[in-house]
Amino acid sequence: MNSPILEMKNITKEFPGVKALNNVSFRVAEGEIHCLVGENGAGKSTLMKVLSGVYPHGEYTGDILFGGEVQKFRGISDSEKAGIAIIYQELALVPEMTVYENIFLGNEVKSANGFTIDWNETIKRATEALKKVRLDVNPAAKVKDLGVGKQQLIEIAKALSRDVKLLILDEPTSALNEDDCENLLDLLRELKKHGVTCILISHKLREVIKIADAVTVLRDGQTICTLDAKKGEVSETVLIKHMVGREIENIYPKRTHKRSAEILLEVKNWNAYDPQLGRSVLKDVSFNVKKGEIVGFAGLMGSGRTELALSLFGNPDGYQIKGEMFVKGGKKHFTHPHDAINAAVAYVTEDRKGDGLILIQDVKQNITLANLQEIANRGVVNNNAEVKVANEYKTSLNIKTPSVEQKVSNLSGGNQQKVSLGKWLFVKPDVLILDEPTRGIDVGAKYEIYTIMTRLVEQGMSIIMISSELPEILGMSDRVYIVSSGKITGELPIEEATQEKIMQLATN
Amino acid sequence: MSFIKNARRVLQQNIREYGMYIALFVIMAIFTVTTKGIFISPRNISNLINQTGYIAVLAVGMTLVIVIRHIDLSVGFLSGFLGAIAAIAMADPKIISSGLNLPSYLVIPLVLVLGILAGMLTAFLVAQLGIPAFVATLAGWLGYRGALQLVTAGSGTIIISDKTFNALSNDFIPDIPGIGFLPEIHKLTLVLGLLAIVLLIASQINDRRKKQAYNFEVLSLDMFILKLVFVSAITGGITWIMAGYQGLSWTIVIVLVVVGAYDFITSQTVLGRHIYAIGGNPEAAQLSGISVKRITYVVFGSMGMLSALSGILYASRFKSATTTAGNLFELEAIAAAFIGGVSPAGGIGKVIGSLIGALVMGSLSSGMNLMGIDISLQYIVKAAVLAAAVIFDVATRRSGK
Repeated sequence: MNSPILEMKNITKEFPGVKALNNVSFRVAEGEIHCLVGENGAGKSTLMKVLSGVYPHGEYTGDILFGGEVQKFRGISDSEKAGIAIIYQELALVPEMTVYENIFLGNEVKSANGFTIDWNETIKRATEALKKVRLDVNPAAKVKDLGVGKQQLIEIAKALSRDVKLLILDEPTSALNEDDCENLLDLLRELKKHGVTCILISHKLREVIKIADAVTVLRDGQTICTLDAKKGEVSETVLIKHMVGREIENIYPKRTHKRSAEILLEVKNWNAYDPQLGRSVLKDVSFNVKKGEIVGFAGLMGSGRTELALSLFGNPDGYQIKGEMFVKGGKKHFTHPHDAINAAVAYVTEDRKGDGLILIQDVKQNITLANLQEIANRGVVNNNAEVKVANEYKTSLNIKTPSVEQKVSNLSGGNQQKVSLGKWLFVKPDVLILDEPTRGIDVGAKYEIYTIMTRLVEQGMSIIMISSELPEILGMSDRVYIVSSGKITGELPIEEATQEKIMQLATN
Repeated sequence: MSFIKNARRVLQQNIREYGMYIALFVIMAIFTVTTKGIFISPRNISNLINQTGYIAVLAVGMTLVIVIRHIDLSVGFLSGFLGAIAAIAMADPKIISSGLNLPSYLVIPLVLVLGILAGMLTAFLVAQLGIPAFVATLAGWLGYRGALQLVTAGSGTIIISDKTFNALSNDFIPDIPGIGFLPEIHKLTLVLGLLAIVLLIASQINDRRKKQAYNFEVLSLDMFILKLVFVSAITGGITWIMAGYQGLSWTIVIVLVVVGAYDFITSQTVLGRHIYAIGGNPEAAQLSGISVKRITYVVFGSMGMLSALSGILYASRFKSATTTAGNLFELEAIAAAFIGGVSPAGGIGKVIGSLIGALVMGSLSSGMNLMGIDISLQYIVKAAVLAAAVIFDVATRRSGK
């Protein structure tokens, strides 16, 4: 093992009422890829915020040694100067600016006169930085026109342009498709060869196993262990055991109920044209969902699955639609999500913070929002009934919150997802569309969501599950449709579905 | 002592909510001292409220507009323009050539409807055509300013002679006739005040009982009683001050009705919930089955109606319509809303807060006028108060996270 580039010793960080980090020690050897894993709320992000100076020296106790010296960062600019770059889950690029402007934002290349920006040199250096991350885009393109995967690489190029020694990536692959993920992991291996040390925070354990030289597990603000991959200490079961403190045998619960032949939702020759993009997003889509069935929709990011869900769910984005939809045998035409909700169709968005929850409102207000009529009498809301309903979902979905009056922004990702789910269960749907139901949430919460889904279909609900995680598709679905470029390219009963077959259909 | 501990805890938890009440109280106390009691005299308080009324109703509407992440700059001149329309409609054609000689009981609802239509027009631009509210209402600001000058061009100031109309901002509710005792006191005001206290206590007790029936946590009994005593004392005190002069003015009655209705709508109804949901996250609201367009129409429509009401109150106050009526009302209403804790980012803010904000601004004007402070200094003091209110808001919001 090489000498450590980073040592964090006995770090303790307290927030009012909570010890977020309790005597954590964390050691990263020079030139390795070190993964940091743990459930949401385990303290990973807090630890990285301490390291990068977001929580300045003095707000925590303990020592940070970087490059052999004790560091007292007072802010992010201090840690950047020392050679630490952190890339967050939510990308920090300016969408309206070009690629090269973004790469050198805050680190502008000055002309000889020392005042103005040397744009030619900027573009030249940006092109070099893009080459390093093997990204083939025009440096003058606007960032908003690029996909998430490319934006991620631009963030890394930005970090590299600053001569980074330690690169920290917080959940970099949670929004990427399989190809982009592979690409990113390859890049990290490449950077390793050039001597860049990397800390990777990830929930995707397979990815961790693939790439890690070492893994540190945090739980409840404490270091549980550091495992060495070369000694063969890293495996999925070991990681899960350390993360949750217990062994989860199979995270996909078994279903026992018999499936019915009754078709709840049927879509025929469904076409959608997006006037804003000026192109059609769905072509001749036909499928059906039976009562008590979980139907998986697999595909790459941008394949049109979310567009399909939204076009069915009252078409809030204003596509021009041709085709027929039947709910419980009756032909339907929804012009607003309101119509879909009335027909007992619910949609849980993939982006719970963006268009799912109202973060500044509390748990109860979020849960009741889509079905206020249920707890209102002639337009007047019964506040007491609302608390009662919210508490019922808090219990049945095991939402961890001190009270239903807690603001949703204060909850962890997994619990926010449960609130989102509770909100849509309260409209009492027959067909529930779940778009990436476990994105960015930890293993424990995933298992809980799967258990809830199982319970729901056993009660006769039908679930459409859109997911980019193939193990999840294979583990949870009764039947799989594969979507590619706005078309359904295949349908597989679960017995015949394999990762290879799905990927093949998804990429053709 | 547990009582004091309890009181401190309740106060700390709700400091954001009580902050502006405390601020208003402090400001009034200071002026009472500096003016040797003139400020708190029934006559001055009555005047203060009559002068604040037309801003207060605008601030109430503006609260909802800002909550759904828009702004309305047109309300000042819309209010002035509709005030002029009211004056013309009531004017004698012998004096004003375009006058219609209509009675006030027809003119007032008519003008309110015109206000709603004007608000709908703004909503059409914003919700249907997607024009940013700042730009759409800036156009309205220009347009209504021009319209006001146009209708008053021939006549200049239009004098209003309708007694009922002028009573709205100048007169008081009638007293119960034929009661001899307490000759200095306005008996109906006293009765209404006592009635308000009784209703308040009854509804609080009822609310508490319902909560207990659900097995929910309620305020401890000592705190609950303290709250009742406190609220009753304030209501009683205000009633006593009012009853000591000429009783409740019509403006107070109108403002109370408007604030009461809007407070009920925003805090207790599905419509209110939908408004705050849109302010909190419009995309999420849309996906929850809420029609963002419809709510935008409702909110701007209500803003237009309250602009009309403000115009009526202002014209009534000065018994005339002038060419500059409504100038800068929009900014005063926006300032009142921000002082009252409305979040510029949308989704947060109460109409009662905006009423308090309007009263803070009104008290500052009234108190400083009584002290004979120069108008230029008055603006600077108001600037400091506005900034301080928002700083307080931001600071308590951060620590509350």
